[in-house]
Amino acid sequence: MTEEILIAGFGGQGVLSMGKIMAYSGVMQDMEVSWMPSYGPEMRGGTANVIVIISSERISSPIIKHFDTAIILNQQSMDKFESSVKPGGILIYDGNGITRHPERKDITIYRVDATEEASKMNNPKIFNTIVLGGFLKVKPIIKMENVIKGLKKSLPERYHNLIPINEKAIQRGTEIIKKVS
Amino acid sequence: MKKELRLMKGNEAVAEAAIRAGVDGYFGYPITPQTEIIEYLMEANPAETTGMIVLQAESEIAAINMVYGGAACGKKVMTSSSSPGISLKQEGITYIAGAELPCLIVNVVRGGPGLGTIQPAQSDYFQATKGGGHGDYHLIVLAPASVQEMADFVDLSFELAFKYRNPVMMLSDGAIGQMMEKVYLSPQKERSKTIYDWATTGKPATRERNIITSLDLDPNGQELFNLKLIAKYNLIRENEVRYEEFQIEDAEYLLVAYGTSARVCQKSVQLAREEGIKLGLLRPITLFPFPSKRINELANRVKGMLSVEMSAGQMVEDVLLSVNGKVPVFHFGRMGGIVTTPEEVVECLKSKFIGG
Amino acid sequence: MAVVTGIKEIIKPENLVYKKTNIMTENILSYCPGCGHGTAHRILAEIIEEEGLQSEAIGVSPVGCSVLLYNYLDIDWQEAAHGRAPAVATAIKRLMPEKFVFTYQGDGDLAAIGTAETIHACNRGENIMIIFINNGIYGMTGGQMAPTTLPGMKSSTSPYGRDVKTMGNPLKMTDIVATLPGSYYVTRQSVHTPANVKKTKKAIRKAVRYQKLDKGTCLIEIVSNCPSGWKMTPVQSNKWMEENMFPYYPLGDLKTPVE
Ligand SMILES: Cc1ncc(C[n+]2csc(CCOP(=O)(O)OP(=O)(O)O)c2C)c(N)n1
Ligand code: SF4
Ligand SMILES: [Mg+2]
Repeated sequence: MTEEILIAGFGGQGVLSMGKIMAYSGVMQDMEVSWMPSYGPEMRGGTANVIVIISSERISSPIIKHFDTAIILNQQSMDKFESSVKPGGILIYDGNGITRHPERKDITIYRVDATEEASKMNNPKIFNTIVLGGFLKVKPIIKMENVIKGLKKSLPERYHNLIPINEKAIQRGTEIIKKVS
Repeated sequence: MKKELRLMKGNEAVAEAAIRAGVDGYFGYPITPQTEIIEYLMEANPAETTGMIVLQAESEIAAINMVYGGAACGKKVMTSSSSPGISLKQEGITYIAGAELPCLIVNVVRGGPGLGTIQPAQSDYFQATKGGGHGDYHLIVLAPASVQEMADFVDLSFELAFKYRNPVMMLSDGAIGQMMEKVYLSPQKERSKTIYDWATTGKPATRERNIITSLDLDPNGQELFNLKLIAKYNLIRENEVRYEEFQIEDAEYLLVAYGTSARVCQKSVQLAREEGIKLGLLRPITLFPFPSKRINELANRVKGMLSVEMSAGQMVEDVLLSVNGKVPVFHFGRMGGIVTTPEEVVECLKSKFIGG
Repeated sequence: MAVVTGIKEIIKPENLVYKKTNIMTENILSYCPGCGHGTAHRILAEIIEEEGLQSEAIGVSPVGCSVLLYNYLDIDWQEAAHGRAPAVATAIKRLMPEKFVFTYQGDGDLAAIGTAETIHACNRGENIMIIFINNGIYGMTGGQMAPTTLPGMKSSTSPYGRDVKTMGNPLKMTDIVATLPGSYYVTRQSVHTPANVKKTKKAIRKAVRYQKLDKGTCLIEIVSNCPSGWKMTPVQSNKWMEENMFPYYPLGDLKTPVE
């Protein structure tokens, strides 16, 4: 089993940390993982993305151009990465701020309105774990218990009080994700 | 002892491995994409645990000269930087080579020349393997292709550096430095208490004074020293070649690639084999000494080789020398911080060798 | 309808109070919100325009957040290696003395890696202007300790606060430069309020005049903020700067010529 995932959005949306939780969860499940961020100067409201690969085999290239799943969290990333989903693959997006919705017919498209849900739950910071929940619903490649372990591992000790709310957010994500086409 | 499993960036793995290897001193200056090394060390604050000194210097030039001073005391010392900073260190590096001092220099390469880009590249191969500074000298050059190797090669580097009294460079790149993977960390080693008989540690009555220098005004003396260095490098060539092979048993064509490119090429081998092309990969782990003998042997078996590097074609010259005309050799690479895709490699292979 | 006439009224040329300086290009600044670099660029551009220097000015941009300064001011530029701008500017001015030559450098660039170039260019009294943006941190590389970082101040390479015993003391490069016979006019300013912007602009204008008169090196330090590196909002960062940076780096002239 190999799952090649792209997560793309604005810097500050928790894109990299969502990838980190995924990678840690993979480790907890005894899988091989790689986490390759886009990196740049400490500037300035730009876009951020990360490639996460989770596999039962040794991972070859950590940098790839085509993905089994793309999780897209802003319009710029939609424009850039819609075409990089492998035929038959999955695109998950948050509709917030999206002006041009994905159009491809050869992939399965899901929508998870995590921004809206996070503000309903009064906590914009859990946005990314809601998205993660959505992903795990459509791609249950990691057992939930390992995801929780991964969450614990990727959060510094001083934030461990936030684990329950993030668990709830993951749960909520699995409930609100819906298939678009 | 059991190894500890962590998920880390390559840069963080170097830093943690340095503490665990019992390194005495790290001297550095921030530069992307390797700044996590000094940041990690400052946060870990090993002065409180192992006694390791961590210092942010005012420049790369200062940092490498701190390494010179520490190494000359027989201490395990290291620095790290990325391409523009490594260029600044070249003066210090040639003095270190000339004084035969052991140390580790980590280069997390970004694209150049000049200020270039902060994205990954492999365009410092010539600089690392052919000298870099002035004079006849070589570094031992290790090329990690995973976060695990970034950690493991810290210890290996110091082992080789002290064995040959020679500076070692770990030639990584921005992709391996920034990427997170699983890494198994070795247990904490004690810092060494060895006092080397060549080091400046204060002259006891029992030995002659030690002078660390690279100066010899007498041409005959200097030539003798050069000959001694050549003998040392030949010994290193004899004993320390390291490489990894991937699907070469029945290979008709061979990719030669190191570091991130070698990771990409593994996938290219898979893709080519799905199309029925018998492709293999040789990954040099030591770039100096280069696995010339092995490549020369393989040239008897394959129809052609492709050197894949994120550069305008540097290692390809060593492949050509190794093959010595037996089979055609080509270069393929992207530059400017662009990482080659596995598909592009296969395309190039087909166009060069299979005609289409 | 009324609203539309309102706007038309407002945008009449005679009602214009503020506009983009012509010397600024159309490129979008890459700075974080609230960063002082942008304001400093703007007044530099205004002076170049007001003094009619566009065709004379040759700027040397540094390595730091302002590395792309050459994209923002519509004049000729050279990009120097990290810290070497004063050496680069030295040669430009010596070979083309009729030109207006200046560098624009951060604290890491000017006071760490470029210490030697700074001191020696000023010591030779090179007839150039140096603009020195002191934000107490390495902004570009993500908030590491700079030579100017205050004691106890946290950065990514002083995560427990700058310990002066192991990391040295904040370096007052401007004070050092003021002691050198070659420097002519040395001042420390800021750009975080309109009043301070005016003062800084005046200082730059003076430096331009002195360079025309072949007087020697003029160094203008601008104590500035780095909201991202300091992990503060722009407003917090300006307040923190007033309360912490200014006591250590007091504003005002350090060396004024007797005219
Ligand atoms: C030789 C070399 N070393 C290091 C760097 C990495 N680097 C780029 S900018 C910078 C520091 C910039 O800090 P500062 O001069 O204070 O400018 P700021 O970004 O704060 O405006 C460093 C260390 C480099 N580009 N070249
Ligand atoms: S990192 Fe700091 S100095 Fe750089 S643009 Fe942002 S606020 Fe300004
Ligand atoms: Mg600065």
